Amino acid sequence: MSTTYLEAIREGLWEEMERDPNVFCIGEDIGEYGGAFKVTAGFLEHFGARRVVDTPISEAAIAGASIGAGLMGLRPVAEMQFADFISCGFDQIVNFAAKCRYRWNAPVPIVIRSPSGGGIHGGPFHSQNPEMWFVRTPGLKVVCPATAYDAKGLIKSAIRDNDPVLFFEHKALYRKIKEDLPTEDYTVPIGKAKVVREGTDLSIITYGAMVWTALEAAETLAAEGVSVEVVDLRTLVPLDRDTVCESVRKTSKVLLLHEDTRTGGMAGELAATITETVFEYLDGPIVRVTAPDTPVPFSSTLEEAFLPNAEKVIEKARWLYRY
Amino acid sequence: MSAVHAAGAELDRSVAAAGTPEAALAHKCLYYMQLMREVEDRIERKLYRQGKVLGGVYVGRGQEAISVGSGLVAIPEDVLFPSHRDMAIFFIRGISSRRVLAQYMGRVGGLTRGRDGNMHMGDMDAKVVSIISALAATVPVAAGAALAMRYQGSNGVAFSYFGDGSTSRGDWHEGVNFASVQKLPVVFICNNNQYAYSTPLNLQMACANVADRGPAYNMPAEIVDGNDVLAVYAATERAVAHARSGKGPYLLECKTFRMTGHSAHDMAHYVPKGLFEEWGKLDPIVRIQQRMLEENWATQAEIDQVHAAVTAEVDDAVAWAEASPFPDPSTLLEDVYESQ
Ligand SMILES: Cc1ncc(C[n+]2csc(CCOP(=O)(O)OP(=O)(O)O)c2C)c(N)n1
Repeated sequence: MSTTYLEAIREGLWEEMERDPNVFCIGEDIGEYGGAFKVTAGFLEHFGARRVVDTPISEAAIAGASIGAGLMGLRPVAEMQFADFISCGFDQIVNFAAKCRYRWNAPVPIVIRSPSGGGIHGGPFHSQNPEMWFVRTPGLKVVCPATAYDAKGLIKSAIRDNDPVLFFEHKALYRKIKEDLPTEDYTVPIGKAKVVREGTDLSIITYGAMVWTALEAAETLAAEGVSVEVVDLRTLVPLDRDTVCESVRKTSKVLLLHEDTRTGGMAGELAATITETVFEYLDGPIVRVTAPDTPVPFSSTLEEAFLPNAEKVIEKARWLYRY
Repeated sequence: MSAVHAAGAELDRSVAAAGTPEAALAHKCLYYMQLMREVEDRIERKLYRQGKVLGGVYVGRGQEAISVGSGLVAIPEDVLFPSHRDMAIFFIRGISSRRVLAQYMGRVGGLTRGRDGNMHMGDMDAKVVSIISALAATVPVAAGAALAMRYQGSNGVAFSYFGDGSTSRGDWHEGVNFASVQKLPVVFICNNNQYAYSTPLNLQMACANVADRGPAYNMPAEIVDGNDVLAVYAATERAVAHARSGKGPYLLECKTFRMTGHSAHDMAHYVPKGLFEEWGKLDPIVRIQQRMLEENWATQAEIDQVHAAVTAEVDDAVAWAEASPFPDPSTLLEDVYESQ
């Protein structure tokens, strides 16, 4: 039976709660309602109110209480109703959680799950990709799964990790993708990228929902005789620089793709890493395909123009291939 | 501030025909409540289902008395910060149903020109400030607007609207505390519809009333029947008189009920069914109509005429909005800064 991306997260969370009595969920409308996207549907009935804690509309309290419980040895999994609202708990995450281990050797083993991303007509406040707010804060790990398999394996690793992990779930993938998952327990290591399609002419480095866009583009380009390798970062912090550089060594041309906006996006860090490490292997300029530097627009015509898609990737990839 | 749109004519006519100030006020209230109801019904029950309105749709069905009763107290100097259930504020401030509908449909004719959707809109010319999604974020902003009005020597008051759930946010407490310490002219207006998404009051706050939060800030707080538009109007007059006279902020808690799910996709199975029936009997539009008949402020025929005029106005507004184009993708990069 195949499992959707959403069910995969739900299963991972459920199994971890079964495995470890210290794991509990906390967030808005996660109990009886099962969460805005229904990731925790049925959890309250099964695990009870002690382990499925409904909160008032208080993101700072959700983040702060998770930190407090984490310091006491529990393993909270907090849910932000939408990733956009994580800013309401920002201080707790970037100043408290991120710096405890460094300052006074106190681990904060928390996971903050956040549905992020556009393509659902959500407008400026229900579509953002806020991962870079955290990527540039030392002390936090940042995970962005693209597949159901990785979503399940990574949520488990995140829960077992002894550092604060920001877990961004792309909400457009929740019910769109599915695959058969192993029945036995498995994890996916945090900090390991994956080559999801092998190729020789050009590498596309990406993560999250854009992995599917890259694969779609690669398929079209293959028909034109262009062999594209697709690397799914899976984790942004820690960043698997080795896998990225290895792919560049192999193809010598690289296109960096993300749904997040351009300036200060992950592509900048990747481009710097590539030039620092494998500059002499490059046969062309490093190319970026990203959203432009604007808020996420609501109207469909604008949102379509805003979001990267396969056509935009193909156009740039063709140019780079011919370079 | 009079309505600038087509059916405003019906409003002007019925208000002029009313014999007394009370009757005239009741006519205004009925018109704006009916207009909000009709526009939201059209959006939620028709345009959304037809796929012409995309994204999240939140309506204030059953809560119209709050934005109407309070909004009609505002004078042109006042600045209003409506919540996502206060559509009537826009109409009262002269923004047409055409533009509101175009906003929901993501058209150029909407207040955000397709940049944002639903109630995420504002217009500083009309002195209506747009919400962002993050609840209660407008509360400290309203305090800042009040600070500016005092600074500038205006006698304006900021009207800050929010739901019960929003009072759990730190921003709410920081904004209210600041307004109290500074004795700023703000009227805080809570629509307590007893649910925040699926969360009932008892999981939201440990006090019985939102008004109970007032004393902690040394701020007068009053509970009012939020389904009685004239009661909301009278309470807002008291609150505004307090704030305008320099005595500081005032909290109004309007008790009401959310007669829908949280948004158009939510069936609200978590709400005990009896509550919808119970509160359905307290519908604010039905109540003002009954009152108007009892007090001889209007005949049934006049009431029917308001409804017909509103329906016609909304028919026109939907057609206008549908004729408004979608934004041109070439404008994607515009407006992020004053100059590109
Ligand atoms: C900071 C923040 N957290 C969560 C949400 C998601 N959300 C949107 S409306 C809502 C409920 C709001 O309840 P309340 O303030 O009582 O207003 P009501 O919708 O009942 O009018 C929630 C949780 C949000 N918009 N902002």
